[in-house]
Amino acid sequence: MTRAVRLTVNGRGHQVQVEPRLSLADCLRDVLDLTGTHVGCEHGVCGACTVLLDGEPVRSCLMLAVQAGGHAITTVEGLSPNEGLAPLQQAFQDKHGLQCGYCTPGILLTTHAFLKEHPHPTPEEIREMLAGNLCRCTGYHFIVEAVEAAARATARNPR
Amino acid sequence: MKPAPFDYTPAASAAEAVAALAQHGDDAKILAGGQSLVPMLNLRLARPAMLVDINGARELDYLREADGGVRVGALRRQAAVARWAATRLPLMAEALRHVGHGAIRNRGTVVGSVVHADPASELPALLLCLDGEVIARSPQGERTVAAGDLYRAPLTTSLRADELVTEARFTLPRPEAGWGFAEVARRHGDFALVGAAAMLWQDDAGRVAGARLAFFGVGGTPQRGAAGETALVGQTISGEAMRAAARAAAAALRPEGDLHASARYRSEVAAVLAERVLMTAAGRCRRAA
Repeated sequence: MTRAVRLTVNGRGHQVQVEPRLSLADCLRDVLDLTGTHVGCEHGVCGACTVLLDGEPVRSCLMLAVQAGGHAITTVEGLSPNEGLAPLQQAFQDKHGLQCGYCTPGILLTTHAFLKEHPHPTPEEIREMLAGNLCRCTGYHFIVEAVEAAARATARNPR
Repeated sequence: MKPAPFDYTPAASAAEAVAALAQHGDDAKILAGGQSLVPMLNLRLARPAMLVDINGARELDYLREADGGVRVGALRRQAAVARWAATRLPLMAEALRHVGHGAIRNRGTVVGSVVHADPASELPALLLCLDGEVIARSPQGERTVAAGDLYRAPLTTSLRADELVTEARFTLPRPEAGWGFAEVARRHGDFALVGAAAMLWQDDAGRVAGARLAFFGVGGTPQRGAAGETALVGQTISGEAMRAAARAAAAALRPEGDLHASARYRSEVAAVLAERVLMTAAGRCRRAA
């Protein structure tokens, strides 16, 4: 039995008809073609599928698409301005805060929400925040630098 | 992996959820935050025929202080409880900091973690440490289950299949009580290998008037360190007294070994952590007025 759900993703409304067992992550990717959200472990450990639900980071692999009706979802596609990159994304590019890029969308969304609550984070706070997102390429050092750079850029130029 | 197929009932109230459970019995599972259940579905470790989703039951999203305790409704998320606890119950705030990661706590509920009964998780041990209880509702009415009667085995409680836990209650410590919390995990946010929580309060002569000690990750259920608690009452606070109490409490534990840590290692760590949390709690104690 499928169910009808009205999703709001990156400010756009979508009407979808899905099985209850379809995760929000798979719905975003396979039904809405928003493939920026990556699926890694499918049990909440790796953080690759992190999206914002009403502004707060959540694992989209641990939420059913049928549960997402009535909430505002933001994916990595919704972070970028119409042209170019958001300051946070630019900082990751400038500081080489990614290699293969698989974990990057989840890290960007987690960091985006984190910097709103912690505009001047300590390196320790940054590392604790990042502990929920696995990166197997970078060793995290450049990611921490990218988050610090993004915090400085946001402090200079608050949006 | 992807979950096996299931049917889905959104419940708009606790009554609707209880009715759905009564109808589907053992085939149904309550879906709250989903941070433990959905991984089990995805790994096909659980294959319920029906999920009863209580996320629409807004009446269960509450936190109230009453009768010297705090009552947390089944839909109150861990992140929200942590914000309250930062000023009102720092032991819980510290424990919650170790529950998964921020993204998990934004969805995960306190009640869900309490009744999921993972022996390595923090909140069941906290329910023991804070003399807590849960309120279970079924078509027959409501009953109260004390923390000490709740946990039976890993992921197994004394709750019946037709019962919905609507609320968890934790006793608020008296203002002069001190607290300690510590755990050893491979990475921040991982399940603990071993963890311990303690509360301690003194009489006006500076002797220990009461103590609570609880462990997690040391067996099939969270454990109260009763031998250590008893040993402390009436004692003057000292390093030796704390060490003796910690050793007594840890000696009563029967942890199991697995690929993460041997039984003997867990026992050793439990004793060390118990001493640490008791010392920390003692350091935070104020004398009763």
